[in-house]
Amino acid sequence: MIRGIALRRLSIPPAVIVLLGLMAIGAVVALIRYVYGIGAISNLDDSTGWGLWISFDLLCGVALAAGGFVTASFVYLFGQEQYRPVLRPAILTGFLGYLMVIVALMVDLGRPERIWYLIIFWNYHSVMFEVGWCVMLYTAVLALEFSPMVFERFGLEAPRRLIHALIIPLAIAGATLSTLHQSSLGSLYTILPDQLNKIWYTPLLPLMFWLTAVAVGPAMVIVESSISSRVFRRGLELDLLGGLARVIPFVLAAYAAVKIGDLAGSGELDMLTKWNLASGLWWLEMIGFVLLPIVLFSLPAVRRSSTWLLFSALLVVGDVVFSRFAVSLINLSRPDFSVRYWPHPMEFAITISVISAGVLAYGLVARYLPLFVEHAPEPARK
Amino acid sequence: MAKVAILFDAFKCTGCRGCQVACKQWWGLPAEVTHNTGSYQNPPRVSANTWLVMEFREVDDGDGGARWAFRRKACMHCLEPACVSACPVGALHKTAEGPVLYHGDRCIGCRYCMIACPFDVPTFQWDKGLLEGAVIQKCRFCSDRLSAGLKPACVHTCPTGALEFGERDDLIAVAEARIREHPERYVDHVYGKEEAGGTSLLYIGPHRFEELGMPQLGPEPIQEKTEGIMTKATPTVLVGMLVGLSGIYWVVKRRQEMMGKKRG
Repeated sequence: MIRGIALRRLSIPPAVIVLLGLMAIGAVVALIRYVYGIGAISNLDDSTGWGLWISFDLLCGVALAAGGFVTASFVYLFGQEQYRPVLRPAILTGFLGYLMVIVALMVDLGRPERIWYLIIFWNYHSVMFEVGWCVMLYTAVLALEFSPMVFERFGLEAPRRLIHALIIPLAIAGATLSTLHQSSLGSLYTILPDQLNKIWYTPLLPLMFWLTAVAVGPAMVIVESSISSRVFRRGLELDLLGGLARVIPFVLAAYAAVKIGDLAGSGELDMLTKWNLASGLWWLEMIGFVLLPIVLFSLPAVRRSSTWLLFSALLVVGDVVFSRFAVSLINLSRPDFSVRYWPHPMEFAITISVISAGVLAYGLVARYLPLFVEHAPEPARK
Repeated sequence: MAKVAILFDAFKCTGCRGCQVACKQWWGLPAEVTHNTGSYQNPPRVSANTWLVMEFREVDDGDGGARWAFRRKACMHCLEPACVSACPVGALHKTAEGPVLYHGDRCIGCRYCMIACPFDVPTFQWDKGLLEGAVIQKCRFCSDRLSAGLKPACVHTCPTGALEFGERDDLIAVAEARIREHPERYVDHVYGKEEAGGTSLLYIGPHRFEELGMPQLGPEPIQEKTEGIMTKATPTVLVGMLVGLSGIYWVVKRRQEMMGKKRG
């Protein structure tokens, strides 16, 4: 092997070029928005004040970042030390997820330069007040939980030890803030008793949003580990992921119970027998994205197969996306002219650009920081 | 507390839209590019530059024909406004006199007020960039005119008396008396007396209010659930999680230490 050849060319992988290109498109679109207003790049209007960015970038983005607090709680609080190898990637996914949410909000907010007003002007009756504070505080917690990777890389012993000493309070704060944040995104929609379809409206929305976030936490760890093991050609911690997956059926079952119990409690179960968009979506979610993953994750054969594990985890991710869109967009009817909303291509451009930035940042961290630690037992099986 | 209100009597309305024009003139709002929606109604809805729109609908006259039905579409100035409750930075507030007012210098543009409003009233300046600074717009109940002892511009200009301005309690009495006097003219319901906790805009008229596209709302304020969550559930969950998770951590740690001792 010849080492240290002087003529090494700087080669940028094609994937990075594609990601940078997508980010550049998003940057141009954002520039148009900052000059000409949100209307110039979106199909949002006075009848549809919130669209793709809120439904996907905010609601799904925050939920899909739940792997961070779920895994941190497992390892630090519940004594499940064996999950330590997947902890750092989970923290990173959560941290990047929250940063992506904030970047997207800087496009969606009407006055992004005033986002810090949340700190000085308080209306604690507003759910949005809770949402804003949770985003700020939990992003700070995630940054601290992530920071040891940087400190290790640059050999900064003192700050690393400081964070190490604070890690239990951080984990407790992280899980608490996440619970408040995940649930408050559901609470946002409890102010719409007359506009959200009766099948989908319930004062228990915060509980439902939290339960699905807890379920998707392990699922996101599975998805993210499966992808990174392929991309970075490292071993897959199949035994660990299979263990994490055992939790998911219980959480999803609780979610299904709350969903059915809520309709039964308010005497609205018969609405499910009338065939329409709202009831059809309810059945589709319940069977395809709740019952199916419950069955799949309960099967040992599924938990031992990397492919089936990934597929089942993607179903849970699908449930989060499905249910968030169902509540925040599809089953919402405005009292005015029924304007049908479909996101403008430039809205998609922003969303895709933010995702690209997240993927690129993950790749950079995986390349330059100690993200993956050695995990000895049981190598990956195909 | 004297609370002011506006009574809209759809029976007396001729659909002249003088109110709509007076509103634009008083506030110096620019005209907007609009499109034909198949009726005399124009523009199609309230917007950042049009805070009051008279909506035109054709309804069955019960005799095989159709009649115009008019609805005044503008801020209802709720007694317990969902928008005020929803605003995270307190940019909206309900004044003691009645108007729901907005302070653009606080607004962060999250648009939760637009989502929360059951009447779909607050509108946003979609065409303003970062330097121009987009804000929310809606009817201000002519609070500047009120403080000068004048009626709101729309009421002032109404030629048929379809719009009346006064104290809310008095106007409710007027409305109910009018319904009693002419049951053949009016549906027996004062819209806004109780809807969503009551509004400062009161409606009476010959058509059922659903037909006019007005939401059917219960007497409880829209934000009842969210305020319950914010003032009761959230603090409970916050304290419960902190205590509960600390407890779990302590128990798990103790157990692991005990097991370690046994083995060791």
